This record gives sequence, C-alpha cells and structure tokens, in this order.
Amino acid sequence: MSEAKTTTVEVKLPTRLGYEKVAMSTAASVAKLMGFPEDRVEDLKTAVAEACINAIEHGNRLNETLSVGVVLRANTDQLEVKVIDDGTGIKRQPAKPDIDRKMHGEEDPRGMGMFLIQALVDEAEWVAGSDGKSSYVRLLIKLDKNDTA
Amino acid sequence: MQTETKSRVDQLTTPAGHPVTVLRFEGDIASTSKDAVLGVYQALPKDSTKLVLLDFTGVDYINSSGIALVIQLLIEASNAGQKVYAFGLSPHFTKVFTMVGITKYAGLFPSQTEAMAAL
Repeated sequence: MSEAKTTTVEVKLPTRLGYEKVAMSTAASVAKLMGFPEDRVEDLKTAVAEACINAIEHGNRLNETLSVGVVLRANTDQLEVKVIDDGTGIKRQPAKPDIDRKMHGEEDPRGMGMFLIQALVDEAEWVAGSDGKSSYVRLLIKLDKNDTA
Repeated sequence: MQTETKSRVDQLTTPAGHPVTVLRFEGDIASTSKDAVLGVYQALPKDSTKLVLLDFTGVDYINSSGIALVIQLLIEASNAGQKVYAFGLSPHFTKVFTMVGITKYAGLFPSQTEAMAAL
C-alpha cells in the first residue's frame, strides 16, 4: 500500500438492512491495510454503515430488486468511500440532532445517521444523480489526521 | 445478517444499598432490536424500578437506529422518574453516545464495578 497509485475495491450490496456490515468490514480491512489507527477505523466503520443504511432505507426505499454500490479508493494518504444508490438524493441537510428536543418528544429519536457521518469523517458530501438516480454520498478519511493534530 | 440482540435482566444491590436493575445486551443493537431493548425495559415493574443500568459489554455494533432505541428507553425512563446509567461501551461508542448527547441523560461508566460503586 506504500505506492502512490490508487487501489480500488468495489462491493455490491443487496438492498437489505444488515448488509451494511459487509461494507463496514470491507472498509475496515482496507483502512487497516493503509495503516489507519484503530480509533479512525472505528469512525470509518460507523460512517460507512450509516451511509449504507441511508442508501438502503431512503435511497433504494428497501426495494430488494436494487443494489447499493460501495466503491473504496485508497491511495497513500487518504481513503475515499462512495456509497451509491438509485434514489434521487437528499434535498436538504437535516438539522443537527438535539437530544433535549428528542427527550421532550419534540424531535424524532431517529435521524442521526447524517450527523454521525459528518462528525466521524474528514469530508462528506451528498451528490444527487444527474439522471434522477445514481445518487451517492462521498466520504473521505485522511491518514495523517491524528499525526498533524 | 444482523446478529440477534439478546438481553437479560439482573437485580443487584449497590454497596450503598440501592436496588439496581441491570439490562444486559449482547449482539447488535439496530432497528431489529426493539423487543430486546424497549420490550425488555417495558416489562420491568415501574413502581419498584428506580435505577436502571444498561450493560453494553457484549455489544459489538450499534447503529443510529439502535441509538434511537436507547433514546426511546431514556424518554420512557425519564417519564417514569427512573435514573439510567450505562457501562461496557467501547471507546468508540462512548464517543458516539457523547456526540449525540446521550451522556446528558445517562451517566456512562467503564465497568459494572465502577457503576455500582458510584450509585
């Protein structure tokens, strides 16, 4: 993994809850090969799992005839993960979850996935497919984050 | 694909003499865990349960749907006047629980021993 070239790993998941763990394990394996410390691997696992759950539930709307694509591109200093579904993409970012509002019944206890993704990786962007489908979320985690912090 | 969530209930007494109901979870905590998390909690006797301790020692994977179940448990416990604490979370999920604000409503301890000593 020390060469400057990019290594690509692709996984195709069924649209079925639980299979996000396959993407999670794959991302963790790639990140470990790249030399990410354990805490960053754990951050990536949660972010990838949440991105896949969103793709399964909201992008593909639990339609089992569709698939979720996961493309990991690793180079010397960063790992990019794209999670691709057949949805139209998100219209707007949800508000940051507020535990007090949740505890008082003013906000749904759910709805923390995108917040967790953004909080746990270095970059996250949601891109709507130009054809009304093939939308994706792109995550980026940088290898030297802890070294330079 | 998801590991089934197992849960069991233990009744303990703290060194200070307070009865504590411990809910021990094992496996994944996800959207399929409603019965194992909320169902088991809701079956506890409301009048005699004052302190609830959640044991995550045997849990490897918690996703946002699982966190939402924990928050629902906290809401019901708050409405019932119960105090909830937790232990056994990995460093990563301790961070996640802190990020989403759960620690504001449920104190976290590294281990059962430390939790029992503090309650």
